[in-house]
Amino acid sequence: MADHAKTHAPLDEHVAHHFTDAEQQRESSKLGMWVFLLTEVLFFGGLFCAYAIYRSWYPEMFHAAHKALDVKLGFINTLVLISSSVTMALAIRSMQLGNKRQTMYHLFATLIFAATFLVIKYFEYSHKFHLGQLPGKYYTYTGIEGSNPHVFFSIYFVMTGLHGLHVIGGMIAIIIMLVKTSRDRFNALYYNPIEVTGLYWHLVDLIWIFLFPLLYLVS
Amino acid sequence: MDTTGTLFLPPANSTLASEVDPLWGFLFWSSTIMFAIVMAMIAFFVIKYRRRGQDTLTTGNAHNAPLEIAWTVIPTILVMIIFIWGFKSYIKFYVAPKDALEINVTGQKWFWSFDYPGGANSVSDITVPVGKPVKLLMSSKDVLHSFYVPNFRIKMDVLPNRYTTAWFEATAVGDYQIFCTEYCGKGHSEMLGKVKVVGEREFAEWLEKSSGMGEGLSLEEFGAQLYKSRACNTCHTLDGKKLVGPTFKGLFGREEAMTDGTRLVADENYLRESMLDPKAHIVNGYDPVMPTYQGILKDRQIDALIAFIKAQQ
Amino acid sequence: MEPTIPQTHYLNSPKGLKSWLFTLDHKRIGIMYFAAIMFFFFFAGLLAIILRTELLNPGRDLMDAEAYNRFFTLHGAIMIFLFIIPSIPAALGNFLLPLMIGAKDVAFPRLNLASWYVFVGGAIFGIYSLISGGADTGWTFYTPYSTSTTSSVSSMLLAAFILGFSSIFTGLNFIVTIHKLRAPGQTWFKLPLMVWALYATALIQVLATPVLAITLVLLLLERTMGIGIFDPAMGGDPVLYQHFFWFYSHPAVYIMILPGMGIISELISHMSHRKIFGYNAIAYSSFGIALVSFLVWGHHMFTSGQSELAAVIFSFLTFFVGIPSGVKVFNWVMTLYKGSISLATPMLYALSFLVLFTIGGLTGIFLGALSVDIHVHDTYFVVAHFHYVMMGGTVMALLGGIHFWWPKMFGKRYNEFWAATSAIIIFIGFNMTFFTQFILGAQGMPRRYYTYIDQYQSLHVFSTYGAWVLGLGFLIMAIYFIHSLIKGKPAGNNPWGAIGFEWETASPPPTENFVTQPVVTHGPYDYDKVLIPREMPTRSEKVAR
Ligand code: HEA
Ligand code: HEA
Ligand code: HEC
Ligand code: CUA
Ligand SMILES: [Cu+2]
Repeated sequence: MADHAKTHAPLDEHVAHHFTDAEQQRESSKLGMWVFLLTEVLFFGGLFCAYAIYRSWYPEMFHAAHKALDVKLGFINTLVLISSSVTMALAIRSMQLGNKRQTMYHLFATLIFAATFLVIKYFEYSHKFHLGQLPGKYYTYTGIEGSNPHVFFSIYFVMTGLHGLHVIGGMIAIIIMLVKTSRDRFNALYYNPIEVTGLYWHLVDLIWIFLFPLLYLVS
Repeated sequence: MDTTGTLFLPPANSTLASEVDPLWGFLFWSSTIMFAIVMAMIAFFVIKYRRRGQDTLTTGNAHNAPLEIAWTVIPTILVMIIFIWGFKSYIKFYVAPKDALEINVTGQKWFWSFDYPGGANSVSDITVPVGKPVKLLMSSKDVLHSFYVPNFRIKMDVLPNRYTTAWFEATAVGDYQIFCTEYCGKGHSEMLGKVKVVGEREFAEWLEKSSGMGEGLSLEEFGAQLYKSRACNTCHTLDGKKLVGPTFKGLFGREEAMTDGTRLVADENYLRESMLDPKAHIVNGYDPVMPTYQGILKDRQIDALIAFIKAQQ
Repeated sequence: MEPTIPQTHYLNSPKGLKSWLFTLDHKRIGIMYFAAIMFFFFFAGLLAIILRTELLNPGRDLMDAEAYNRFFTLHGAIMIFLFIIPSIPAALGNFLLPLMIGAKDVAFPRLNLASWYVFVGGAIFGIYSLISGGADTGWTFYTPYSTSTTSSVSSMLLAAFILGFSSIFTGLNFIVTIHKLRAPGQTWFKLPLMVWALYATALIQVLATPVLAITLVLLLLERTMGIGIFDPAMGGDPVLYQHFFWFYSHPAVYIMILPGMGIISELISHMSHRKIFGYNAIAYSSFGIALVSFLVWGHHMFTSGQSELAAVIFSFLTFFVGIPSGVKVFNWVMTLYKGSISLATPMLYALSFLVLFTIGGLTGIFLGALSVDIHVHDTYFVVAHFHYVMMGGTVMALLGGIHFWWPKMFGKRYNEFWAATSAIIIFIGFNMTFFTQFILGAQGMPRRYYTYIDQYQSLHVFSTYGAWVLGLGFLIMAIYFIHSLIKGKPAGNNPWGAIGFEWETASPPPTENFVTQPVVTHGPYDYDKVLIPREMPTRSEKVAR
């Protein structure tokens, strides 16, 4: 614990009243985000379980159904998200060096990558809507062999849909960071919120890196 | 069912019950002793060390290794005994003897129906021979149910699209209560029935009689029998009162308003459809809860029920 | 010297409704949680009294089967999601945790406030479900019944989903707070055991709740789109639903009991002015329980059609929860040895806890034994078991905690005579209501039954009378607490002569908790080293004087 004698000394303006110092605050917010990421992992973990169980029950159907997904688009999207993780990391690095302009460029680039991801996803989705490859009782497509192909699409849409919501959530956070950066709210010593946003963004990326092979590359 | 069993249990009337009851007894007595020791210590300490006047510093050890080891190890041994015992008797629940009589059980909202080898069937009550293992092959037509006979200590969930099994060997002639113990909606607490355990000879006679198609009875008499044995009476009255479903009184020839806006006259075809595909038309003011009798009622039985309904004017 | 109440404290500064609604003060948020959970407890308790009254006779008395099904669903769902899970952590824990570790607040005060609003949001969906007809699935929402019933299930599911987030936020906040904000010198092994318990609880909240969240999402989608994961008619599997549900809901029962055990550790030690026996064992056993709790969920499914091998493994693991729980019980009992035991109301509740939780826990062992569970599964034996652990365990601990910290929270005393009287009435009423149900269950009476065969009637009648007695006890409690709020005498800073940071500050505490940062100088239960004079004498001492 930090020296408590400093408790009432005037501290960095960013330190909330109940923390002793900036270091304590920074560590707390990072730990908080890690714990939050843990809950996210378990949240998706439930879905991965459902996926594994249904895949083991209907291996043929899963194999037949996954061919309806466009591997090329999925692969492009994977590259897009990996790039966004890189720019996110660069944004943090730039702020650590106190470079506001560069931080903003990098954040903006991250945002563009995220938007690209969503646009590609939109084309994938609308194609499937068109074919009637929809979840559950809305499934009308007839071109897939095997029992209960609608279950594959239920899982596909729930997993990618929830992931998509997380992407949107991440974009909102990045926009907030962008605005705050432009208003000089951060500096080389205080960049905590960007760092935490970055942690979150990497997780969103990571989840996709699991989703892609599981859904698009069933062998 | 009386309450003369051991330690609050109902009487043990199956071979499995005599597997379970000794473990119950062991659990009961070991927990009672454990509980008594803990309570005696608490009572003793509370009385002896009750605060009477001004406080002083309390002294004494705040841990004691032998004691702590003892109260970890002793319960561990105890629960391992319980586990192994429970496990051993549980295995018996799963391996039905090879010569068991197989009966198909169907659970649906809110009654049980039973199909015996040889074509006989019954609703709500199941008739079985005493001293002979019986294996139940169970499934559900709608939601989950659970087949429970307290006197036999057996219980098993009944699922749609899947078979589950249970078996028992009754040790005494008599009627034993069946409950449904998986919550299944409105009629859950009335989804009852009886296991009628009879002698070997009576069972053979019963099978003979029940696989018949009402030979020697008029259609209407046979229908009256089915009205009870197929549980129509749990939802339909004959005296004009409204239960879960509309009354049969004056039903034939009546014009009924349906929830989809159509009006239909209850003729033979409509009655037949009501039994085989009840969801096709739902009478205004009722829930679509009538089960389908597709596959349960044979043609002659449907005819008999129609004749019976016709007669209720 | 008569103690007085300080001029300004967290309750009155700043003033105004707005200052409460936007407060970031953990104490105020704790009080707001407290008000909300007590409201839901009384409401769901009233539902219970009504449904018990229906069970006075077989057949229809007050309501029909459909209404009864809604009543027990609401009773169970409200008690679980809106009362017992948030109860100790979010209300008492929120109030006490920073005080106990000498901090000014929790790590994320805004998140803390957000969790309260999320709670209220969830509650609104729950109430919406209630007024739009109520759900009738039981609190377990088993498929395919829950996907096919036309009652108001979706909003109840949404409610539980949202409430999950409130629980996650609280857990997350506590973990970080305990890691990062402890007072100087307060090492892990100088923490009060309540803090250890809250930490173990928070871990479960954070790890298990997301799984419930995803389960509820899938169930909602099943209802609206028939996605075919849980509904057999669409190719799904109802047993899979049960696995998902219990993966959360079994650990959830330890979300309910662990904080209660934390309170009991505090009460037993402080009320008998005796150093707690086996501090380390109690602290570690919380983690033992938390860990094992993730591995035993299948013991709710011994008759569900899961594989026999799974059932055997789950049964085996189930018994290992009993060992650390037993360790705690024995440590508490040994703490009493050579203590200076006061029998004021908080201690009466702590002793009730010891009696009732031991019964509840030991009957849990019955349920864990495979072949015995087949007989008593889904009967009143299970109903009795879980009321003994939840009501007899958690609620008794909560009530003990409320009586113990009430003077700190509001700076006032309550009437000790009526408090002790109502504690005794509640104890008697509770046992009348629920002990009877063990016998009912052993005889085969199934649960969730709106009517029953005649043979069970006399026991049901006795149980219902018990519930009325219980209601009377709570009525008395409500009255003397309200009286205390209005007219209570000042309590003083440390009415029990207890050790702990929370007793070093004023009652009620000032907005920032402490005037100067407290520093640890001795262990949390060092009654063999320090003796702090009491400001509130016990009943027997008053008589003696
Ligand atoms: C606060 C909540 C709480 C707690 C703490 C517990 C604690 C335990 N529970 Fe309970 N349980 C519920 C809440 C809780 N339960 C609920 C809500 C349900 C029903 C849900 C529903 O279906 O609606 C349920 C149902 C339930 C079942 C399923 C029954 C069925 O549906 O068929 C089982 C089966 O194993 C079980 C077991 C246990 C065990 C072994 C413990 C153990 O943790 C108990 C440990 C404690 C002790 C053992 C006592 C103290 C120890 C000693 C004095 C030492 C000596 C001990 C030994 C020698 C063993 N519980
Ligand atoms: C924290 C959890 C909790 C608590 C505290 C309680 C408390 C009580 N419960 Fe509850 N109960 C559950 C959780 C809980 N229950 C759950 C999860 C279920 C399963 C639901 C399901 O199957 O899905 C259940 C089911 C359940 C049943 C089984 C229903 C069935 O299966 O058919 C019964 C029946 O007796 C019952 C009774 C009671 C009673 C009498 C109380 C009493 O202890 C209540 C005491 C409280 C009060 C009395 C209120 C306060 C007082 C007043 C408002 C004053 C006014 C009073 C009068 C005028 C008399 N409960
Ligand atoms: C679980 C309750 C239940 C059982 C058992 C049941 N029914 Fe019904 N029945 C209903 C309900 C509810 C309706 C009205 C809704 C509908 O039309 O489906 C109904 C409607 C009918 C109708 C149409 C009545 C009308 O007024 O138009 C007929 C005929 C009928 N049932 C015959 C039978 C027969 C024959 C049996 C037994 C072999 C039977 N039912 C068993 C619940 C039940
Ligand atoms: Cu069928 Cu309950
Ligand atoms: Cu459990």
